[in-house]
Amino acid sequence: MFPAPFEYYAPKTLQEALSLLAQHGENAKVLAGGQSLVPLMKLRLSTPAVIIDLNGIAELRYIREEGNYVAIGAMARHYDLETSDLLKRLCPILPECASHIGDVQVRNRGTIGGSLAHADPAADYPAAVLACEGEIKVVDTDGKERVIKATDFFVDLFTTALQPNEIITEIRIPAFAPKTGSAYLKMEQLASGYALCGVAAIVSLDDSVIQDVRVGITGVAPKAYRATGVENALKGQAFNPKTIEQASELAADGINPLEDIHADAEYRAHLAKVLTKRALLKAIERAKV
Amino acid sequence: MRINVTVNGRQYSSDVEPRMLLVHYLRDVLGLTGTHIGCETGVCGACTVLLNGEAVKSCMLFAVQVDGQEITTIEGISQDGQLHPVQQGFWEKHGLQCGYCTPGMILASIQLLKRNPNPTEEEIRHALVGNLCRCTGYQQIVEAVQWAAQKMRGEI
Repeated sequence: MFPAPFEYYAPKTLQEALSLLAQHGENAKVLAGGQSLVPLMKLRLSTPAVIIDLNGIAELRYIREEGNYVAIGAMARHYDLETSDLLKRLCPILPECASHIGDVQVRNRGTIGGSLAHADPAADYPAAVLACEGEIKVVDTDGKERVIKATDFFVDLFTTALQPNEIITEIRIPAFAPKTGSAYLKMEQLASGYALCGVAAIVSLDDSVIQDVRVGITGVAPKAYRATGVENALKGQAFNPKTIEQASELAADGINPLEDIHADAEYRAHLAKVLTKRALLKAIERAKV
Repeated sequence: MRINVTVNGRQYSSDVEPRMLLVHYLRDVLGLTGTHIGCETGVCGACTVLLNGEAVKSCMLFAVQVDGQEITTIEGISQDGQLHPVQQGFWEKHGLQCGYCTPGMILASIQLLKRNPNPTEEEIRHALVGNLCRCTGYQQIVEAVQWAAQKMRGEI
């Protein structure tokens, strides 16, 4: 399989990349880790005339603490997140989520910025970034920056709020509150590793009362979503497994689940409920430690 | 485009089309056919090589992307006529039948043992999720990696 011909540019700085994007406009496609885009190009489902490769831009690959959040450069690889001690300490759900992506080779190369921009409905990060109430920082070809809330970022199947003249530069993940536990659970399609359903749950406890709870779900709907029904049913409630089980029944409420040869809509909705329950229980167990 | 790449310690300078995949560059331009093409979709891992020491699938990279960088293929891991310990492990434990997946398996295993010199069986299986074998049922592959780990720790 050979992609259609294209012009290739490997800028060394973000500024250079933005100039190239300004010059080539909608003919250009930005290449991050390439673990989705390159296969799409080989299948000729994507035939960009110009590729702007971000892999040489060292300034976009970092994970650092900034105030009350962790700033992750768009070109941080999945392996960087998976092994980051800073994230394990401040937002442990992201390393856990990253460890579920694809395989070692994909995690060595794939990036968080690329994954979010691609917005595959079965990608892992969107569930965790939504549950974390993360933000996505982007910059346009005029150098104008904006910060988009994760809930506003995912628009539809493979569609985000990112404009064609914008590049993601950073993902911001708020540090967990004290007594907070989290878990990412996934049922995957075995050959591809993509999520049939992935659930990210974050729970903050005060004694045994659920102070805050956030649930992000991927793989089920055309875009990852927050299970607000579950969250509202649990906030302020005293923890007991029965309450969790009942609330988890709302995990696919108002959702029109995807269907394909791997899983029908009913099964995906079922997975959302079961994995939500298990993820919540695991998160609560971890919050108690 | 002109690219300069170090492959198995040797410098190469080549003119390539941007759309040429790294695996085709290695096989068709450099003649290093030890790197195999399996699924061509990024699933099977047969084309795994090391890019600056890290395992990647060479069917999901363009050759132009490795300009100025270092690649290691299966041809480059033995030293002075001595098999690499992971190669020895596959030999000792019969970690292959047809051998098609073996170069990728070995390079992914080298990546694992570099990061984790003493992996559990589960960790070995997890590390090789991206490499498919249709002959062995994986059991001997796991044993081969365990053997290599022991060898590299000086226990054999």
